[in-house]
Amino acid sequence: MSQHPPIAVDQLVKIYNTVPAVDGISFTLAPGSITALLGGNGAGKTTTIATIMGLLTPTSGRVTVLGAQMPRQRYRVLARMNFESPYVEVPMRLTVRQNLTVFGKLYGVDDLRERIAELGRELDLTDLLDRPTGNLSAGQKTRVSLAKALVNRPDVLLLDEPTASLDPDTADWVRGHLERYCRGRHATLLLASHNMTEVERLCGRVIMLKRGRIEDDDTPAKLLKRYGRRTLEEVFLDVARGNDAIPREAAQ
Amino acid sequence: MSSQRRSAVAASARRISAMMLRHWYLLRSSWPRLLDLIYWPTVQMVTWGFLQFYVANNAGFFARAGGTFIGAVLLWDILFRGQLGFSISFLEEMYSRNIGNIMMSPLRPFEFIIALMMISVARLSIGAVPVTFLAIAFFGFNLYGFGLVLVAFFFNLILTSWAIGIFVSGLILRNGMGAENLAWSIMFVFMPLTCVYYPVTTLPGWLQPIAWLLPPTYVFEGMRALVIDKTFRPDLMIAALALNVILFAAGAFGFLKLLQGARRHGSLMQIGE
Repeated sequence: MSQHPPIAVDQLVKIYNTVPAVDGISFTLAPGSITALLGGNGAGKTTTIATIMGLLTPTSGRVTVLGAQMPRQRYRVLARMNFESPYVEVPMRLTVRQNLTVFGKLYGVDDLRERIAELGRELDLTDLLDRPTGNLSAGQKTRVSLAKALVNRPDVLLLDEPTASLDPDTADWVRGHLERYCRGRHATLLLASHNMTEVERLCGRVIMLKRGRIEDDDTPAKLLKRYGRRTLEEVFLDVARGNDAIPREAAQ
Repeated sequence: MSSQRRSAVAASARRISAMMLRHWYLLRSSWPRLLDLIYWPTVQMVTWGFLQFYVANNAGFFARAGGTFIGAVLLWDILFRGQLGFSISFLEEMYSRNIGNIMMSPLRPFEFIIALMMISVARLSIGAVPVTFLAIAFFGFNLYGFGLVLVAFFFNLILTSWAIGIFVSGLILRNGMGAENLAWSIMFVFMPLTCVYYPVTTLPGWLQPIAWLLPPTYVFEGMRALVIDKTFRPDLMIAALALNVILFAAGAFGFLKLLQGARRHGSLMQIGE
């Protein structure tokens, strides 16, 4: 196992024209951890995740993934990472199996046939493997995207709203699968989600962003205690609406 | 070659083949896409073929220059369809919102470009090869009668088409789908300037040096020399190749710079206009 932290963000700044989308954030994720990146629209979650993926060059600061500086050294580690986002889709005309074959080859998966069969079983896709992806329901497509994200057995997994469009039962089942995957592989998961139940269930750590800065960063339990709230949703609203000054001062 | 280098080359080849497989799956699943590949080349060849047939029976020069129009149409199709095959394959990734998956995968930009080049040849072959046989059947014009010279024509034209395709793809990556129209229309700037259907001397004097800066001009002049004067002009092919090397390097450099710009400006995260 690598000695480098899976993800290290150091004084990351990203400015579009003159507008800072991310304004000097720093955090490091431990191997095998599951962390949520929370924040309202425009808080900087997508920019942060895109920079970690190497899709975006920072204005200043440094992002490393498994020891490789992003985006400059991305090809050293991209085969060990993967992601899923509702803003990106797999080709709809291709069957599920064809999509997984293409991405498996792109990621250099050796035992691809077995891996696809395994993902089919694990994500309940076996009966759908030979159907065009575009003919599937929204929930089934989400599971296909998740299969694509897991095809290379990534050490670092970035997920944006992984259970969007899933019914509560399937969503819960997917969360369970992600939890088992991360535990089994000691993989690191960074998750952007607006589903607070999901965050509470999955994440050992929550990083709260607001206007490109980290407003708070702790375990869900400590955040609840600090803000004197019963749910993370209430904490989220406190932070988003600027009601967090008093609890934070009290905590200090 | 060291074993590390060999495995890197093998991994690279596997990624390129994965992208080719992705487009093969797409073409296989869509008969309208396949039909589109062959439809326009056929219509164009038949139209120009009949025009040639008509003027050949009414003018001494054209009677002597039998095949120049059909030859020009077929060679133009290599240039036009080569670029279109490259650009459309790239656009398919944008249309399907798959470009983020590709950019986030271990596929290197040069591997992506090589895959698109191979796909453009495959698409071109599906569209153009049957049309060349139709040209024999309809008009008795055998493009393969050019022999090995055809290889020189083809290689030069496809190099130009790739160079333009690469640059246009970079523009789309950087500027989004607002630049899509360029993919469809940019080659038409080349049509009058590269003198597809007439000699360079037809152009006004001030425009001729510009025409000679474009590699396809040499190919079309070479084709006319072959059909009309029965002379192969290797000097024209060498000049075209030299210019193509510069054009291809400029296209690839432009693509990488535009990709860098896209990473800086966040364009890879946006796939709309």
